[in-house]
Amino acid sequence: MLTVSIYRYNPEIDKEPYMKDYEVDTQGKDLMVLDVLEMLKARDSGLVYRRSCREGVCGSDGMNMNGKNGLACITPLSEALGKSKKLIIRPLPGLPVIRDLIVDMGMFYKQYEKIKPFLINDTPAPAIERLQSPEERAHLDGLYECILCACCSTACPSFWWNPDRFIGPSGLLQAYRFLIDSRDTATEERLSDLDDPFSVFRCHGIQNCVQVCPKGLNPTKAIGHIRNMLISQSV
Amino acid sequence: MTIRTIEFDGVIVGGGGAGMRAALQLAQSGYKTAVISKVFPTRSHTVSAQGGITCAIASADPNDDWRWHMYDTVKGSDYIGDQDAIEYMCSVGPQAVFELEHMGLPFSRTDEGRIYQRPFGGQSKNFGEGGQAARTCAAADRTGHALLHTLYQSNMKNNTVFMNEWYAVDLVKNVDDVVVGVIAICMETGETVFVKSKATVFATGGAGRIYSSTTNAHINTGDGIGMALRAGFPVQDIEMWQFHPTGIHGAGVLVTEGCRGEGGYLVNKDGERFMERYAPNAKDLAGRDVVARSMVMEILEGRGCGPNGDHVHLKLDHLGEETLMARLPGVCELSETFAHVHPKDAPIPVVPTCHYMMGGIPTNVDGQALMVDENGNDKVIEGLFACGEAACVSVHGANRLGGNSLLDLVVFGRAAGLYIEKALREGIEHTEANQDDIDRAMARLNKLNNSQSGETTAQLRTELQTIMQNHFGVFRRGDYMQEGIKKLADLRTRIENVYLDDKSDAFNTSRIEALELQNLLEVAEATAIAAEERKESRGAHARDDFQDRDDENWLCHSMYNPVNKTVGKRAVNFEPKTVDAFEPKARTY
Ligand SMILES: Cc1cc2nc3c(=O)[nH]c(=O)nc-3n(C[C@H](O)[C@H](O)[C@H](O)COP(=O)(O)OP(=O)(O)OC[C@H]3O[C@@H](n4cnc5c(N)ncnc54)[C@H](O)[C@@H]3O)c2cc1C
Ligand code: SF4
Ligand code: SF4
Ligand code: FES
Repeated sequence: MLTVSIYRYNPEIDKEPYMKDYEVDTQGKDLMVLDVLEMLKARDSGLVYRRSCREGVCGSDGMNMNGKNGLACITPLSEALGKSKKLIIRPLPGLPVIRDLIVDMGMFYKQYEKIKPFLINDTPAPAIERLQSPEERAHLDGLYECILCACCSTACPSFWWNPDRFIGPSGLLQAYRFLIDSRDTATEERLSDLDDPFSVFRCHGIQNCVQVCPKGLNPTKAIGHIRNMLISQSV
Repeated sequence: MTIRTIEFDGVIVGGGGAGMRAALQLAQSGYKTAVISKVFPTRSHTVSAQGGITCAIASADPNDDWRWHMYDTVKGSDYIGDQDAIEYMCSVGPQAVFELEHMGLPFSRTDEGRIYQRPFGGQSKNFGEGGQAARTCAAADRTGHALLHTLYQSNMKNNTVFMNEWYAVDLVKNVDDVVVGVIAICMETGETVFVKSKATVFATGGAGRIYSSTTNAHINTGDGIGMALRAGFPVQDIEMWQFHPTGIHGAGVLVTEGCRGEGGYLVNKDGERFMERYAPNAKDLAGRDVVARSMVMEILEGRGCGPNGDHVHLKLDHLGEETLMARLPGVCELSETFAHVHPKDAPIPVVPTCHYMMGGIPTNVDGQALMVDENGNDKVIEGLFACGEAACVSVHGANRLGGNSLLDLVVFGRAAGLYIEKALREGIEHTEANQDDIDRAMARLNKLNNSQSGETTAQLRTELQTIMQNHFGVFRRGDYMQEGIKKLADLRTRIENVYLDDKSDAFNTSRIEALELQNLLEVAEATAIAAEERKESRGAHARDDFQDRDDENWLCHSMYNPVNKTVGKRAVNFEPKTVDAFEPKARTY
């Protein structure tokens, strides 16, 4: 038997959030946390969370499991529990809770939109594809794979304090993805958009983001590159 | 009950690849366009597509020809793909793929800087005479992710209105039986509104969740098909379900056909590369239906792997770690997470798993939804369009080739957008929906909201999935299917009366899951009845009791009519515009 303690809050019923405990028979299997949630939902239909792909590619089920952000669908119980006997599931920290494990991602998406996450290229498109060498393309590896799960940004103290002004690790990773794309021609515009004390420079390099990213991406490194670009541009 | 009305020129239900490509086309032309999606768009199932998008862009082979791609697709479809539609897809394809690249899709590259293409199953050069082709354009093994995010980004650039985490419940038809919009729920607040539109496009994706073992996401519940059937509209070739050869045993999660494209192969418990026996030429890259059946034969004949002999092995270690990490990084990750093996060290345990719905809402090349009139002629359903996996245009016929779905999404999403743009410019006038019309569309939701007792969604869903898995799987037989149909009939009343105990408004996912369950039932029942009716084996539809293809009686589409639950026939198109038709031949690989 496994004890699972889940953050519950239904704005129509509950004055305040509370933790609810469940006992789950895992039959000794190392299930994924999402499997456990599905078992619980069959018992307690009022429990809500987001999920879609169940294979770690859609970014729906970012949540906080025993203190660490991650995707429930690819986090096995053994990993979430570590040495603990109890599984504690909370919504991603720092964003307003809509209900139970569902947070309002609005602020997170807004920061993403701010960095103009689309290719800008003013030259007329050729009849075939734009050419890009394998080396140029390799610069995009480790960047384009982001699934917008928000695990990183909601683990970042700088984002908690300034969610409206600091772009956050996920958005900055995407900013760099377009800055470094050999096909993009808006480098200057992009850099000047980011050139203020908050958008980039609120990052203090504590790497919480790197530790939680379920896709193994490294926002801190990308932020470092942007800093360098900003600094070398201003001299 | 009166509800609020929101109005757009075009409404697209679905924010996957098909829906967002259609939306982009309309938004670019300045029409007020909305995308309704029950999940944030980049969480749509298209994100899971791995291997790539098949298209004759002539990168891997400068002499590649879209006609060869067309030949492969017609053959792959076991000759019930419509040749005018296939011709359109294969010939327009390169342009649609280049557009994606111009939008920024991070394709993998060749040394020449062009888009990287890999071999996939069922691909040939020179109309099957020139050996294996490499025609699938790839962004590593995350092509769907790259495609979906790129399309979302382009829509953002073009100011498409997104109604994210809104759920479409049912179609609204006016007195003339014209589709004038949908009823939709805002999941965050629970508000229900009438979304009114001159053109309603269903791009709601597949329904793989009718089976218990599937590569599909939880959200693939065939909502568009359910809504169309409830509105009395037919579906086509819905018995045709693709079982993908390489779902990870026990988890259902897919590893791409690109594994075999890059040189991986399947072995049985004796370590034998058994596909050499079943398909001496194409081997592991034969059509998916052929490979899936061969695997089941191996397992049934006692040559399966594992303690229960219930799967086979996909061997990749000989490709070397470097190739695996460069070409198949996502597969390595999935395999470690769900099979607990790294393919560089050990083979992946795999088993054929429900993957793709070839059938769907019948449409013409412009995406207009079709029905058949009393005289057997096609009739356009005014106001309704479909594209992507929910539609059956039909380019996949009885068996889809790998990489052809992503192409289908962008080519026909684009085509629907182009057509609607033109129609809007010429002017579309529909009679306003009256209160009765809206009440009719609200009936199902009202019934659910007023339910006082009954069985729960989770319980009924498991039962439905088990029936489909046991009675309508890789191999099918008449008496089994008839039994399955009876069980589904019993389930229908129970599912129509499903109990919703949580009646709250804020993000009530139980309400959504109950509505989805009713759609699963519609798809399952249509599948079952059409499958029993088609008395032959063709493509993915393999019957023990009718083992041969029967071109005399069944070289045609099936049309399932929900009003009287009967199955009719519709002619396959054999009239491409610029090439000679490909006549049916025995299908060997
Ligand atoms: C694991 C996997 C790998 C694949 N790999 C490949 C590949 O490599 N190449 C290839 O060509 N094909 C591949 N396919 C197939 C292909 O990915 C799908 O067929 C295709 O992505 C479907 O796209 P779509 O736009 O039609 O629907 P989806 O991407 O499924 O999108 C459906 C949309 O409809 C919305 N929706 C549904 N119902 C409602 C409702 N009631 N209200 C509001 N919104 C609703 C959803 O929110 C979603 O946005 C793969 C499939 C799987 C399962
Ligand atoms: S390294 Fe920067 S972005 Fe990452 S968690 Fe720390 S402050 Fe946030
Ligand atoms: S960088 Fe990683 S953690 Fe952050 S949103 Fe992207 S995938 Fe999620
Ligand atoms: S459900 Fe898609 S990432 Fe977990």
